[in-house]
Amino acid sequence: MSSGAPILDVRNLRLWYGTRRGPVRAVDGVSLEIDAGDVLGLVGESGCGKSTLGRGILGLLPEGARADGEVLYRGRNLVTMSPRELRRLRGPELGLIFQEPMTRLNPLLRIEDHFRETLAQHDSKLTNREIRRRSLDTLGRMGIPPTRFRQYPHEFSGGMRQRIMIALALVLHPSLLVADEPTTSLDVIVEAQILRILADLKENFDTALLLITHNLGIVAEACDRVAVMYAGQIAEEGPARDVFADPQHPYTRELLRSTISLDTTELHSIPGAPPNLISPPSGCRFHPRCPDVMQVCPAQGPIETAPEPGRRVLCWLHGPEREIPAGGTERLERKELAVAEEA
Amino acid sequence: MSARGEVLVSVQGLKTYYSIRGSFLDRLVGRTGAAVRAVDDVSLELRKGEVLGLVGESGSGKTTLGRTLLGLVPATEGSVVFEGRDITKLHERELRDIRRRVQIVFQDPHASLNPAMTIAQAVGHPLQIHGLESDGAMLRARVAEALERVGLAPAEQFMDKYPSDLSGGQKQRAVIARAIILNPVLLVADEPVSMLDMSVRAKILELMLGLKNDFDLTYLYITHDLATAKFFCDRIAIMYLGRIVEIGPSAAIYEDPKHPYTQALLKAIPEPDPRRTIPRDLPRGEVPDASRPPLGCSFHPRCPKAFEVCGWESRDLKDLLERRWAGMEEEAYEAEQAAVGPVEPLDVAVTHAHLPAHGGGRGAEVRAILERARAADPAEPFWRGVRRIEEVDGRVEIDWHEPVEPRLLPTGRVEVECHLYDEEALAEAGRRRSGPIPQ
Repeated sequence: MSSGAPILDVRNLRLWYGTRRGPVRAVDGVSLEIDAGDVLGLVGESGCGKSTLGRGILGLLPEGARADGEVLYRGRNLVTMSPRELRRLRGPELGLIFQEPMTRLNPLLRIEDHFRETLAQHDSKLTNREIRRRSLDTLGRMGIPPTRFRQYPHEFSGGMRQRIMIALALVLHPSLLVADEPTTSLDVIVEAQILRILADLKENFDTALLLITHNLGIVAEACDRVAVMYAGQIAEEGPARDVFADPQHPYTRELLRSTISLDTTELHSIPGAPPNLISPPSGCRFHPRCPDVMQVCPAQGPIETAPEPGRRVLCWLHGPEREIPAGGTERLERKELAVAEEA
Repeated sequence: MSARGEVLVSVQGLKTYYSIRGSFLDRLVGRTGAAVRAVDDVSLELRKGEVLGLVGESGSGKTTLGRTLLGLVPATEGSVVFEGRDITKLHERELRDIRRRVQIVFQDPHASLNPAMTIAQAVGHPLQIHGLESDGAMLRARVAEALERVGLAPAEQFMDKYPSDLSGGQKQRAVIARAIILNPVLLVADEPVSMLDMSVRAKILELMLGLKNDFDLTYLYITHDLATAKFFCDRIAIMYLGRIVEIGPSAAIYEDPKHPYTQALLKAIPEPDPRRTIPRDLPRGEVPDASRPPLGCSFHPRCPKAFEVCGWESRDLKDLLERRWAGMEEEAYEAEQAAVGPVEPLDVAVTHAHLPAHGGGRGAEVRAILERARAADPAEPFWRGVRRIEEVDGRVEIDWHEPVEPRLLPTGRVEVECHLYDEEALAEAGRRRSGPIPQ
């Protein structure tokens, strides 16, 4: 963790979009900070809003989506910024890496042309020689040899395409990179190679990274800090090491227990399924699945507390006591859930 | 562990090749295209009541092997004997009989269910196809029974729903209900949980374990995920580029992985353990093209422990030069590239090469480049494979040791296909080493 002002400061961000069944509140009051050069892991199950949050931060939401709150990048609010200003920031300041590298590279353009287009768009005065030098330098750091600069995307393997995508994002030296499940379609060894590159961004490019993933193992190994997202909210956030060693939110704890790893000796799962975000449960959104549920949980939404410096958690188990009505901490017998209601 | 049971499926020397169609001109002149060796000489036995894990990365041939076992893909060579019959020799009509006994669960539960069929129709469909139940009420009763057995209870609540009304986990339960309704003896499960969320995976695996005990099932569990395989399987077969490189009891494989590839896979899995970081000593590169596999051991170009007889060749030199040039200062790279000439001519599977390919009298310069590459990383296994480097007529000639073909051999509690555990290959490497010293 570095000191000073965070490079990205998300404050009480809400993102929603309309469907036939009503508005989906995909991100509902999220606050996050990322310091320069830091790696923040955003982890959650499918449908928790993590991808919407990642795109929302960059202003890349689909038509019809609405945003409210603040996304402060170096002090400027991206939510209220004009599309034109935002486009100017994307690339040289804010980068994005997607899951499927093949769908993001133009099959008709050589790798060289991809870089030329990216660089020239943001600096029309660059000479060909300079474009080539900067491209080859960035590609080389990603392990792509200069002999392949004039090849087409289909001539590369999946892992190499993802390296090219990362190089394309990094060639403009952005201060913040959002990577949405960047290794999901890759094999385990290649995945580790790519994660190694991403985790080393700080040393090599001084780029901060928001790494969005469903894989807790990736967060544990690649991230400085972790934010656990559930049903559109941040359930818990803190240094990855501390959160994994001693999770404070029952959801984090249960999610860690259900992850099947090489150390797994017995299977565990969380009853029920993540809620839909059109009509989420009352009070704490995790209460119908929570093993520690109390009287107060379905009645009132939890208030964020800091169990220790640098950590925060959204759970009534951590108080604040003055906000909990009398008898609120009594255990609530959880209804037995039939598989019928489960995922 | 039920490893002592009778043999249910015996696979011997199985090869499944897919031919790649050549160009129009190729076909016109009668040239046949190349072949992807998806499964390349695999032998294994599946014993009654066991769970055998077939573990590998994409392109390892694990899915093709599973499908060949079901007769969904024709075998090129070899046999698959199931209950006394070689299914690679059966006709479609006879295969139908086999498919009552062998069922498959695919990765994507959404794609496995017809969106226009209700759950009851989908789950009951196999009974109708095989003409086992025509009475509507009886059919419905059997569907209800299967649904309740997989946890979709009360069944009435699900029978008339469509797949789109169900969550991912519920859909996979319905797919499993459809698979067990015929009372199969063998279930091939191809990545059955990898598209599901973490909190749901355990439930599906638990269900599968429960069904195994209740119905005395045998599983072939196909996956890329060594963590679920460790929990789920009695035995594991690790596949790489169409071949089994290591096979044995799960406990042995995880406690003491023998093959460098197995070791690398285990090291690369991201574990939710905050004390761990991503390893730096990962194998380089990716799984190669199965239509042009490396010489010798397919893993040798990525293997940190490869030595003389593992199959070093011209393409490895191309990779070495390209790795060297990636990230080199532009001027330095351009000078080396000019001396070496184009690297494409090196892209052939032979144990001899010359640089520059088209001559030009820069042999001394090329020689110096190779020496610099060697000095920069003397531990690089590539250099162990080099038998001779010599300047001839202004070019540099390079010869590599001829490969020894790897064999799957018993080693301790497992079988492994790696020269490190093959006395003969080690001895041969020793002889080559003591031969004329490469200049």
